[in-house]
Amino acid sequence: MGGAEFEIETRSLAKHFGDVRALDGLDLSIGRGELFGLVGPDGAGKTTALRILSGIMDPTSGEAYVAGISVNRDPEAVKDKIGYMSQRFGLYEDLTTLENLLFYADLYEVTRKERPAIIERLLGFSNLTPFKDRLAGALSGGMKQKLGLACALIHTPEILLLDEPTNGVDPVSRRDFWKILYDLLKEGVTILITTAYLDEAERCGRVGLLNEGKLIVVDTPKNIKNSLGAPMVEIATHAVRAVEKLVRPLGGVLKVTAYGDRIHVALESMDRLGGVIAVIKDNGLPVEGSREIAPSLEDMFISLVERK
Amino acid sequence: MRIARVYAIAKKEIIQIRRDPLSMAMAFLLPLILLFIFGFAITMDIKNLKTVVCDLDKSEVSRRFASDLSASGYFIIVDPSVDYQQIERIIDSGAAKIAIAIPRGFSENIRLGKPAQIQALIDGSDANTATIAAGYLSAASDMFSAKLSPRRSAPAVDPRVRVWYNEDLKSRNFIIPGLIAVIMSVIAALLTSLTIAREWERGTMEQLITTPLKTSELIIGKLIPYFLIGFIDMLVAVSVTVFVFGVELKGSLVLLLVVSAVFLFGVLSLGILVSIMTKSQLPASQIALVMTFLPAFLLSGFMISIINMPYVLQLITRIVPARYFVTIIKGIFLKGSGLSLVWFDLTLLALFGAVVFAAANMKLKKKIA
Repeated sequence: MGGAEFEIETRSLAKHFGDVRALDGLDLSIGRGELFGLVGPDGAGKTTALRILSGIMDPTSGEAYVAGISVNRDPEAVKDKIGYMSQRFGLYEDLTTLENLLFYADLYEVTRKERPAIIERLLGFSNLTPFKDRLAGALSGGMKQKLGLACALIHTPEILLLDEPTNGVDPVSRRDFWKILYDLLKEGVTILITTAYLDEAERCGRVGLLNEGKLIVVDTPKNIKNSLGAPMVEIATHAVRAVEKLVRPLGGVLKVTAYGDRIHVALESMDRLGGVIAVIKDNGLPVEGSREIAPSLEDMFISLVERK
Repeated sequence: MRIARVYAIAKKEIIQIRRDPLSMAMAFLLPLILLFIFGFAITMDIKNLKTVVCDLDKSEVSRRFASDLSASGYFIIVDPSVDYQQIERIIDSGAAKIAIAIPRGFSENIRLGKPAQIQALIDGSDANTATIAAGYLSAASDMFSAKLSPRRSAPAVDPRVRVWYNEDLKSRNFIIPGLIAVIMSVIAALLTSLTIAREWERGTMEQLITTPLKTSELIIGKLIPYFLIGFIDMLVAVSVTVFVFGVELKGSLVLLLVVSAVFLFGVLSLGILVSIMTKSQLPASQIALVMTFLPAFLLSGFMISIINMPYVLQLITRIVPARYFVTIIKGIFLKGSGLSLVWFDLTLLALFGAVVFAAANMKLKKKIA
């Protein structure tokens, strides 16, 4: 049976999509009341892990236990215990904030007696009270995510599974969001959150670094960061090509990779970031933001090779 | 199964439909538009058929014959005196569909009590119209001769055909009730084919399946609002049929509504099943259309009589639910059929609904991939 001392536990959990191994033998143990961050680059298997834990995806092999219940054998029993937030906004944009909350209250059979107090509290801490009659589709990105969290909390679950909840959310809303998570932690809720951003990982109690479906290391955020070698930074910009060209030859820059609307830069150290940003701006190119991100193993390997 | 969760899904769905003008139009306007378009367009009656007359007899009797034809309303005489040589050209050009040649001696033969002949040339490129026109024409000549010589000795065989159930043989009377069945098949399946697929496409399904909601609760909750819509559509369609198209409802309205409810349940479930299988709105709606519209239109006996089909096609019609609905609805409308006549087809409809509903429940999984 699953370990009673752990709220979330997986043993050699694997999920294959054809030849792709999204998860490749994941062993996780998360204790009650922990705030655990699953960190890794896109495609590392974070979403797959959360979907399996919430009972909406069958693993290829291995076992998962949530709140002591086997997800493999009884996925439906898990669903009363967890609150899940998918990566994509999963609420009804054509329903109002309040209608969404009431709909989920109905699905989780929250009693008529408890309902008013719970909804008032959820609207209160998410600052959504003034927007309760606004269509969810008309909310800002940050408010949408807070509504998603509020709906996931409507049945006061023991465990929260949050899949990149702050992705694409402005910094102020992101801070609000984390404040809510800390409050929940005080109430004893176990939280498993995924993120691609290291600054968010730093706010977790423990962090697991996931790469290509495997857990590379589990430790405190501080120890993890120290073990990463060259720091990776994501710089968001419209002018990807020009910025890439400009940054590549700069001192302290080890590697530059361009994506759609951002570039990833491996630096000798984080101290170099200020200089790089300054050079981009001096050349009149736009910088919409910069954040430290989790490098992939490949990134780490390449940066180590290039440093020599 | 929790009624509260079924109710929650139904309520949510109704709010969504009411806020989406496109859904509202599809639910309430589309069936009416289809009913009016098809109701007025599809008619097998002929009216005002362009006719030319080549009157070689030039007598009072021959002129009366021509004016009787035009008084019937079926024929409109565009030219009462064309040359015999022109007829071929007139028919070819499409200026007229029918040319009637009244030979010299027509009135003389009638006066002498001898058989009088006329010649009719009918444009057969529209075979259906041509057949009907030929029928009307011979009926009109029979009436004409009867009028002229009522005391004439009776022919050897004098068929007195009496048509039952649709005495005035208006094609509208048997097309429109069947048309209701066709339109309801299409609308019902189309509406539900979008619902589950929409949840998958918008990402709301992923959130739904992490709740304790059961698949049967989701399906029933989704069926309820569309069942109500379908039922309202049905009431409107029957009212339009009776009050706008003037088709008399000879049987029981209650029985008609019971049968409609059973049929709606089956077709709505079919739409849900398609939606579950495809998970995507565009293919779901296309498949639902093809699965309902074509069979309902061609194989239900709505327009094309099933007994005249090749045997293999006749067998295929047995698995088209619209076929049973068309049969029953025509029976109730035209013959006033009661439960004792429709129970068998009704049972088959119920069976179809039960099978499709069960399949939908089996196919819907609370899993991604």
